[in-house]
Amino acid sequence: MRAYQNKQDVQKKSYYNDRFYITPQTPKESIFNDPTYSNDVSSLSKKVEILESYIELGELVVYIKPQDNITAIKHAKEIMAYDMMMELSAIDYVAQRDGFEIFYEMLSITKRKRIRIKTFLKNNQAIESVEPLFRMADWSEREMFDMFGIVANNHPFLKRILMPDDWEGHPLLKTYPLQGDEAAQWYEVDKIFGKEARDIIGPEQRDDAAIARYDSTRFARLGHEVPFATDIRDGKEPDHTPLAYQEEDGVRIGKSPRLVTKFDEKESVQLKERR
Amino acid sequence: MQQKNRLKPFFENINFEREDNTMIVNFGPQHPSAHGQLRLVLELQGEEVVKAYPDVGYLHRGMEKMGENMIYNEFLPTTDRMDYIASTSNNYGYALAVEKLIGVEAPRRAEVIRTMLVELNRLISHLFWLATHALDVGAMSVFLYAFREREFAMDLMEDYCGARLTHSAVRIGGVPLDLPANWITSLEKFMFILTEQIEIYEGLLTKNRIWKMRLEDVGIVDAKMAKSWGCTGLVLRGAGVKWDLRKEMPYGLYPELDFDIPVSNTNDSYGRYKLHMQEMHESMKIMKQLIPMYKESPSQLMAISPEFISCSKEEMMTQNYSLMQHFVLVTQGMRPPKGEVYVATESPKGELGFYIVSDGSPYPYRMKLRAPSFWHTGILQDLLPGYQLADVVTIIGNLNIVFGEIDR
Repeated sequence: MRAYQNKQDVQKKSYYNDRFYITPQTPKESIFNDPTYSNDVSSLSKKVEILESYIELGELVVYIKPQDNITAIKHAKEIMAYDMMMELSAIDYVAQRDGFEIFYEMLSITKRKRIRIKTFLKNNQAIESVEPLFRMADWSEREMFDMFGIVANNHPFLKRILMPDDWEGHPLLKTYPLQGDEAAQWYEVDKIFGKEARDIIGPEQRDDAAIARYDSTRFARLGHEVPFATDIRDGKEPDHTPLAYQEEDGVRIGKSPRLVTKFDEKESVQLKERR
Repeated sequence: MQQKNRLKPFFENINFEREDNTMIVNFGPQHPSAHGQLRLVLELQGEEVVKAYPDVGYLHRGMEKMGENMIYNEFLPTTDRMDYIASTSNNYGYALAVEKLIGVEAPRRAEVIRTMLVELNRLISHLFWLATHALDVGAMSVFLYAFREREFAMDLMEDYCGARLTHSAVRIGGVPLDLPANWITSLEKFMFILTEQIEIYEGLLTKNRIWKMRLEDVGIVDAKMAKSWGCTGLVLRGAGVKWDLRKEMPYGLYPELDFDIPVSNTNDSYGRYKLHMQEMHESMKIMKQLIPMYKESPSQLMAISPEFISCSKEEMMTQNYSLMQHFVLVTQGMRPPKGEVYVATESPKGELGFYIVSDGSPYPYRMKLRAPSFWHTGILQDLLPGYQLADVVTIIGNLNIVFGEIDR
């Protein structure tokens, strides 16, 4: 019987997992370990409901409800002095919890602190755009829409940003395939010659990294150059090609004196170190 | 809404022939001063820009997706292709993020070498910026001079790691190699030459009447606008905000190093040009302090953490269990603890952030790459209206955007 594969997460998985391996967690500290952060949380909790808050690896993480995002971020910006939004995007938890975690990474220049405001958004729901508070959200939310298909309400111009406009699907979803399908691979062959020609034509053999040693049209070997398209497949190649690529009399323009003197390999010196 | 199918692709609704006085110009994606694949749709009224719409994505390779389907060590060379002008900065940012997640610290010598390389990359990046920006504005000779010195710096990188552009010179947990013999001497020589050369560049540009006319009061980004658009790095410092992560939220060796953060209050392109020049001196100051630190440091290069990081070659070849663990780390990959981390470093362009969500498996569950240039491009749509068409080239060049990291 074929092993069950979760279609909601087609990303690469480790081929081996130890049954007895217990995944450790990063240490999560209490917010009271840091006076600035505990003040921030108490200030924010007066405005919105805080679902969870802790300090992870030196940074405050606050979970709020998705409908509170504008209120919370406005409060963080204006009252708590987190005056810059550094990053905003989503994490796909559709397979596990049927939704996305959206994070807002904020920075306070005066306090020299960062906080991450996170919220869980159900699949097929929209979130309110924070573009009126931070202009950077204009592009960030476009990217979020492009990559996950999450719609930001009241965004001024919600359009794909990195992918082409006519692209199907949202690439950072875990359901997004890592490879094209077989039909796409044979598309031209099937269309032009028919399916039965697949065996005759065979799969496309392309190797960008291939270097043909005796191909003198596309590859040059320093110090072993030969004239273009010389047949050297039998291994008959000159031992040494003189380093002379100039006109016989040096380089000159019109009747001007020589701009560059004729290069003579025998008289040239190779420098031991840079001058 | 258009009904698209395979035979009738999607068309953008841009009307190029208009009856009013405005004209739509497609600037790029193949434009030499677009600094990569930037397509800028400009609405012009005469020579003045009325509306700008930057269209990015022509270099999109899906790095976040790639990162989620690679083991942690496998992804490191991919980060080279983000900001390909200064690849080691990306490697370093990524390595720091993973190290923080797994709780490993690189040994001191590795940290010294990394900081040296990162600062050298900052010089390479600033020289490249100066060269191309000056070329865009019309100062051709600066381009040739700056590229000559950049070549020296690239040779230094080549001496260290063998690559000139995509270095992968940093590993998670340290660096793979010690500095080659005479590298420090060459570095000192390079810094000596560069100090002289910067004076020449400044002599050609700083008081140059054309340069000042093209740059002064062009591309004005004030602090409010920069903060709202998430601009960091020189754009933010050019707006009078003294914010450099190396100083304000230090990481690595930066707390021990003595350097200044140049700030400009002019908000314009000319101020940012001056900052770039000053930052090059600061980078050299940092490297000069690192040379004695390198000589004093013990020779260990990779952190010892058998659970996450492969052991040394010697141990691998002598100890059976070390070899087995190395196989596990190479084939299955390291398994960091479950959790998430956001680590930001000051790359030459601005704040480069790596947000990694780990579910405990060898593949990151989510990898968000925060590239500074992404927002330095986004700001164009608010910044360009009101300027002349010729200023567009100046502004794009001045903001120092690199498409490898915008499109990722």
